Amino acid sequence: MTTDSATIDTGRSRRTKLFLLGGLFVALALAGIGSYYASNSPDGLTRVSEDHGFASSQTPHHTGDAPLAGYQTKDVHNSRLSGGVAGVIGVGVTFAIAGGAALLIRRRARSADDARDGSDSDDSGDAAEVEASRS
Amino acid sequence: MHVPDGFFDAPTSVAAGGVALVGVAACLRGARRELDERTAPLAGLVAAFVFAVQMLNFPVGAGTSGHLMGGALAAVLIGPYAGAMAVSVVLLVQALLFADGGLSALGINVILMALITTVVGYGVFRLVMGVLPKRVSSVPLAAGIGAFVSVPVAAIAFVGFYAIGGTADISLAAVATAMIGVHLLIGVGEGIITALTVGSVLAVRPDLVYGARDLLPKQQLELRPTSTREPTS
Repeated sequence: MTTDSATIDTGRSRRTKLFLLGGLFVALALAGIGSYYASNSPDGLTRVSEDHGFASSQTPHHTGDAPLAGYQTKDVHNSRLSGGVAGVIGVGVTFAIAGGAALLIRRRARSADDARDGSDSDDSGDAAEVEASRS
Repeated sequence: MHVPDGFFDAPTSVAAGGVALVGVAACLRGARRELDERTAPLAGLVAAFVFAVQMLNFPVGAGTSGHLMGGALAAVLIGPYAGAMAVSVVLLVQALLFADGGLSALGINVILMALITTVVGYGVFRLVMGVLPKRVSSVPLAAGIGAFVSVPVAAIAFVGFYAIGGTADISLAAVATAMIGVHLLIGVGEGIITALTVGSVLAVRPDLVYGARDLLPKQQLELRPTSTREPTS
């Protein structure tokens, strides 16, 4: 699986960057603009909890006063803008945390491989070199 | 299906938090093998996309809505471990910044919407792929079926949790019926969104879809030379 990294070439990594940018653009548009048109009805669980008498056991949310609580931006009164800003911020924060975590995981795994395997590795980093020198 | 604060008693919430923590730790370990430097940013993109689509509630029947959970989608796109991690990040951000899903219920929400949906969604995806022709074009359908199944299973798991530590006195059978019913409908939406999204990525960059990596022709199928794998002699 990890030998995939051996097939990187610059053209492909540029296309991957483009794909990332395109995907982020779609996510930002969906959260920033599309979310305004989403259904406001209670979701499945909320609805069932109302119908079956346990909705009232809900307690106030700890961060219920947060500036973006309920996907609305505090002090922004235009509802289209308020929800859109909240969505855009959410997409950005989520991308940063998940992408950052994934990069960290990869980097640590790589350095662990290098430290453990020394010269005759069969995993990621070294395998990439083996494949590269072979071709 | 974001569970708010107050639905579950403290022991259940704490225990679920512990299980979720162990599960996410396992995902962080497992994700090492699924991600490389090139695809790691994709985990960020998948999480961001799931966050965005979770804002898009679609109507299911009168006065009820549902939204994507995204576990099956994430698992097929970047692998089950990395996928569960990505959805966990979404849930964390939603609970902390958007007051969506209780902080005390974060463990339960991670188990229901990140862990169960990826395990079930990806498991069913694999099973269906075993039956369908071994072609890239089978991947969106299998992903959609996995996504469809994952939603009612998460709903059943919610009722299971409620039987253990729910705070209100309810008829479990009635709640189970209602939860499964509405989440079968939401599951249809989940399946459609998942199949369309996976299909779109396959159309542009099939090499970036984890669930299709064994199906691609040419160099992706090339085996490593055995010489790099014989440390014994």
